[in-house]
Amino acid sequence: MFAELLQYLFAGLTSGAIYALAGLGFAIIYNSSHVINFAQGEFIMIGGMSTAMMVAAGVPLPVASLLAVLVTMLVGVALEKFAIEPARNADVTTIIIITIGASIFLRGLAQIVWDKEFHSLPAFSGETPLNVGGATLMPQSIWVVGVAVVVIVALWWFFNRTLFGKAMLATSFNRLAAQLMGIGVKKVLMVSFALSALLGAVGGIVVTPITFTNYEAGIMLGLKGFSAAVLGGLGNGMGAIVGGLAVGIAEALASGYLSSAYKDAVAFVIILFVLFFLPNGLFGKKGTDRV
Amino acid sequence: MRSLAKWGVAACAVVAAGVFAGAAQAADTIKIGTFLSVTGPASFLGEPEKKTLEMYVERLNKDGGVKGRKVELVHYDDGGAPDKAATFAKRLIQNDNVDIIIGGTTTGTSMAAIKVVEPAGVPFISLAGGIDIVDPVKKWVFKTPHTDRMAAEKVFLDMKKRGLTKIAMISEDAGFGKSGHDQSLKVAGIYGIQIVADEVYSPKDPDVTAQLTKIKNAAGVQAVFNFGFGQGPAIVTKNYKQLGMSLPFYQSHGVASKDFIKLAGEASEGIRLPAAGLVVADQLAATDPQKPVVTAFKKEYEAAFKSDVSTFAGHAYDGLQIALAAILRAGSTDKEKVRSEIEKTSGYVGTGGLVSMSPEDHMGLSLSAFRMVEVRKGDWVLVD
Repeated sequence: MFAELLQYLFAGLTSGAIYALAGLGFAIIYNSSHVINFAQGEFIMIGGMSTAMMVAAGVPLPVASLLAVLVTMLVGVALEKFAIEPARNADVTTIIIITIGASIFLRGLAQIVWDKEFHSLPAFSGETPLNVGGATLMPQSIWVVGVAVVVIVALWWFFNRTLFGKAMLATSFNRLAAQLMGIGVKKVLMVSFALSALLGAVGGIVVTPITFTNYEAGIMLGLKGFSAAVLGGLGNGMGAIVGGLAVGIAEALASGYLSSAYKDAVAFVIILFVLFFLPNGLFGKKGTDRV
Repeated sequence: MRSLAKWGVAACAVVAAGVFAGAAQAADTIKIGTFLSVTGPASFLGEPEKKTLEMYVERLNKDGGVKGRKVELVHYDDGGAPDKAATFAKRLIQNDNVDIIIGGTTTGTSMAAIKVVEPAGVPFISLAGGIDIVDPVKKWVFKTPHTDRMAAEKVFLDMKKRGLTKIAMISEDAGFGKSGHDQSLKVAGIYGIQIVADEVYSPKDPDVTAQLTKIKNAAGVQAVFNFGFGQGPAIVTKNYKQLGMSLPFYQSHGVASKDFIKLAGEASEGIRLPAAGLVVADQLAATDPQKPVVTAFKKEYEAAFKSDVSTFAGHAYDGLQIALAAILRAGSTDKEKVRSEIEKTSGYVGTGGLVSMSPEDHMGLSLSAFRMVEVRKGDWVLVD
């Protein structure tokens, strides 16, 4: 009985950590620009795909990962430079629509540059499941959780302890005031895209051994990551993690104790329910309207 | 100004000449229309299909065509969207005046095109698996691949032989997996199979251990059957091993490609599934009538495209061969004549199996077209 519950929790932990990592990327860009970047899932896909392709070509995993992160960051910066920046005076909604267009473009590009097949990476620490209390967990799941934790700590440090991080936060609060204080707001936006591309790439690399990847992998990860970010409170890193885990565990428990046919519905009902009572998500700050 | 008008007249004349020349040429060429899902979620099926059609049409023309008539392939990419497929089918019939249509990568796009093709009266050979395409029989519609019902029957037959009667199913809750699941439920009784646990997952779920744990703890399960394609079955297979489950594990023909073994890795060891002869071309007995066909196709495909042959490419090859043979027998491209010749296809040995159609059967494959294969040491081994 207990082993069963534990197994469901582990299943939820695995998917939840994946959703959380995806959700974190949304949080960063939202923080600095109030834009929801719907190409975030594509950053994850590019990270996973380019690593898988390089590893298949014989590049050692650590080198391939590093290069893949760089490639993805380059894509992130290019996206900001050529698609977002020219429209910087436009409405937030317009910019969000641009990111949707960018995501479709990046998926198409991935089909041409790479291929349409599924690709995988070897698990970082082998494929022997860990046995805990009669339930099993793959070492790769721990990698995903671990990376999510490291990322959230690093982000906290960056936003609270470094000058540039604080400048980014300041820009998100009041763009004009930040500019008047001498903060290069253009640079802030670019760095936030590079940063969330980095996050996406890292996420894509650690989840690929579990979920595999292909040019479309970003759609699902982006959607679930977005749900996680909204549930946790947009723009809040901790919220994205808690939100992701909550969605993952709710799905696993629902398929374990109710019916697997309703697991997606259960997750969405929970999200709706939470947002009904806490419109800003679990950890979201209450929005203050300017008068 | 005057010179401009002169040029205009000249241009018109040139265009008109071109149009008439085109019309004259069209009467000579055999026009094969095709709409495939070369992009979109089913692109890994549609792309090999398109490449195969192009390669064999080009080769045919190099060898002089059909009785001296060149063959022209008119292709549209429907991106996997049924509404687009219907539009392209209409365009193929009304604008391109094709003689026959081969295409429809997925059951969805094929069914959408049928609504256009049937009233227009153009022979149509679908490359999709769903049984709905030919059941009930539609006058102008044929198909080359096996159906999901046959796959389920083949699996249940094998289970029965091994004395496994109580099984658990875990299926994708959309498209291919859902249809396969429903067909499995329909035929299970015939083979004395009882489905004691029935779980589903979404095509892109990253983890299905929760569903498998439920199956593991269900009483009396003797075997597990997974119906799905894409990365889902590979994740199910990995999770199956993670949980240390050791019951006989069956997959559907949806994963009969080397990519599945590559993705699932060691966890795929011992899995059984029904597959077309093409998958185990080298292992077929020398006396097997399919042997020469599938080995030749495999060799040609892999030499031309430097990638593993896929059964989907085989479906396109079979469709083209059946169509060309029918046109040859009919001696013309008269649509009714060609249609009735396709229906009379008998004893055609294709990559999918032995095809013998009839007015009641517009697919013409029997259960023997499927071979039972098992994964051993990362490769398919023929077991039946």
